[in-house]
Amino acid sequence: MTATVTRSERISNVASPEPGQGRSLSPSKGRKRTNRAPYLLILPAVAILLIAMGYPLIWQIITSTQQFGLAQQFGQPAPFIGFQNYITLATDPYMWTVIGRSLLFCAACAGVTMVIGILLALLLNAVPKAIRIALQISLLLAWAMPVVAAMTVWNWLFNYRMGAINYLLSAIGLPFQDHNWLEDPLSFYAVALIIVVWMSVPFVAFSIYAGLTQVNGEVLEAAQMDGASPSQRFVHIIAPIIRPVLSIVLLLQVIWDLRVFTQIKLLQDAGSVASETNLLGTYIYQLGTGSSNFGLASAVSIFVLVITIVLSAFYVRSMLKEDES
Amino acid sequence: MTSSDLDTPLRTSGASRSLGPAGRVASEERARVSRPRRRIRPRTIILSAVGIVVALIWIFPVYWMLNSSLLPNVVLQDATPTFLPIGGSIANFVAVIQGGTFLPALGMSVVIAAITVVFCLLFAFLAALAISRFRFRGRRGFVLAILFIQMLPAEGLFIAQYKLMASAGLLNSVIGISVLYIAAVVPFTIWMLRGFVAGIPAELEEAAMVDGLSRTQAFFRITFPLLAPGLVASGVYAFLQAWNEFTIALVVLPDNSAQTLPLWLRGFIQASATHATDWGQVMAASTLVALPVIIFFLFVQGRMTSGLVSGAVKG
Repeated sequence: MTATVTRSERISNVASPEPGQGRSLSPSKGRKRTNRAPYLLILPAVAILLIAMGYPLIWQIITSTQQFGLAQQFGQPAPFIGFQNYITLATDPYMWTVIGRSLLFCAACAGVTMVIGILLALLLNAVPKAIRIALQISLLLAWAMPVVAAMTVWNWLFNYRMGAINYLLSAIGLPFQDHNWLEDPLSFYAVALIIVVWMSVPFVAFSIYAGLTQVNGEVLEAAQMDGASPSQRFVHIIAPIIRPVLSIVLLLQVIWDLRVFTQIKLLQDAGSVASETNLLGTYIYQLGTGSSNFGLASAVSIFVLVITIVLSAFYVRSMLKEDES
Repeated sequence: MTSSDLDTPLRTSGASRSLGPAGRVASEERARVSRPRRRIRPRTIILSAVGIVVALIWIFPVYWMLNSSLLPNVVLQDATPTFLPIGGSIANFVAVIQGGTFLPALGMSVVIAAITVVFCLLFAFLAALAISRFRFRGRRGFVLAILFIQMLPAEGLFIAQYKLMASAGLLNSVIGISVLYIAAVVPFTIWMLRGFVAGIPAELEEAAMVDGLSRTQAFFRITFPLLAPGLVASGVYAFLQAWNEFTIALVVLPDNSAQTLPLWLRGFIQASATHATDWGQVMAASTLVALPVIIFFLFVQGRMTSGLVSGAVKG
């Protein structure tokens, strides 16, 4: 312990007064206090993380190797079954359907969000100030909407009898009178995609716009004088500068869209068959709270956690770089 | 669209003047001023039109919520929607507030959000101090851990958290869910505050210590006041997270008598699947839930946008 403690020094130790000078504490006592300080400071945060996340995580890892169902809910001991839960999942076609759906939904959402986000960022950069402010306010309000409030509004908009969307589509002559959007799984996902994209685009557009404002206008102008076309200017000058922002935003979208839960759950609540529309999040929820199959639910949760950690590694690395700078 | 965007007049600064002799620069300057007028105008008009349309599309759901919340149910039942709240009233809001379930849910949400904000700020602030003011063994591991933890999805742990709360007898309790919320929000708050603390030079504190203040005094008199904006921004962030959270609340608050506002709103969606729904009241309810969020969000928006590249969390 002592060897490790001496290494902890105040970053700016150089400028601090000599130990013992103007202080009643002896030098050794003073150093000890300094050395223990960071550990005391992080203690509350570490404690709450251990209680609320560490313990459940360990419970989950253990439970994923147990047969933990309804009987265990009523107090029977849970037998260890090794990797049986994982094997059950890996051989269950439904699990693969859910994984496939989640990946497709995630790719579609992240892709559409990125394309619209980039286009809107370029638009923000190109329009006069008044229009830009109007666009920013509009995007900001959509971004600020609490997800559940947004879901009630979208449910109301897509209401098959009185919803504004069916009305507008019918008004321009399309056969959408009394069309139930949530009945068919494909159109269920289309609605979910519209909602997720509507919510996610502001974040993407604002971050990329912030990146675009870093692009030097003079360089672009020089390129324009040298005869570079707009698309060449985008590919060779703008894209390299905003690439770090693009990659981080894309990564975050993928991570967030892979775990989308609230939107799917609340659309299911509005009346559609859960088993036909489950994604990973709602599947875990159904396994756990619905069928009390905690062993299987834990195994799927671990799967989701592992995917997230793998995907996050790149993001965390770029954050760490910032920490060290 | 991508290509046309880039043809807008480019902002220039004095730096380009050094490029050539003064005469050339002057003529260039003139060309630059006159050229955009003629060539860019139609494009700017088209782009502006596109911008307005996009702005209208994006704001429409928010507008529709307000519009419907002001209209009586009879009007909303009509197959032809009413696009302006002419003749509207706040009757729906009155009905929601007097309905008897809104106020308990509001109370629940306010208490949980307040507990989360206070403890989250305290814990995060102490930890931020540790990682930005000290080098210690395990610091890197701690930073790494909070960065990974803030990325973990609630859906990856909520079944286990449900079991934890069930075995501790804390289902449907304010304490139980607050503990989970604090833990969920504290990693990102530490990260956010770390930036603020690191931005205040430690030399300021040291100068005060040379002048005879103890380290604690120096901290509270010098550093703490400078940190206030950071604490406000982080506090608002924690509030928004706790106020909007749905997934964890759904599993650890199964009882109807212990609903937060998002769960309470969800009740309306569920009911709409089977019953005739008073959408005017649902929209009034949604407006009431969204209002504080929108107000607070405008406060931290700038920080969230500028902090995006350095990591931000979607609400």
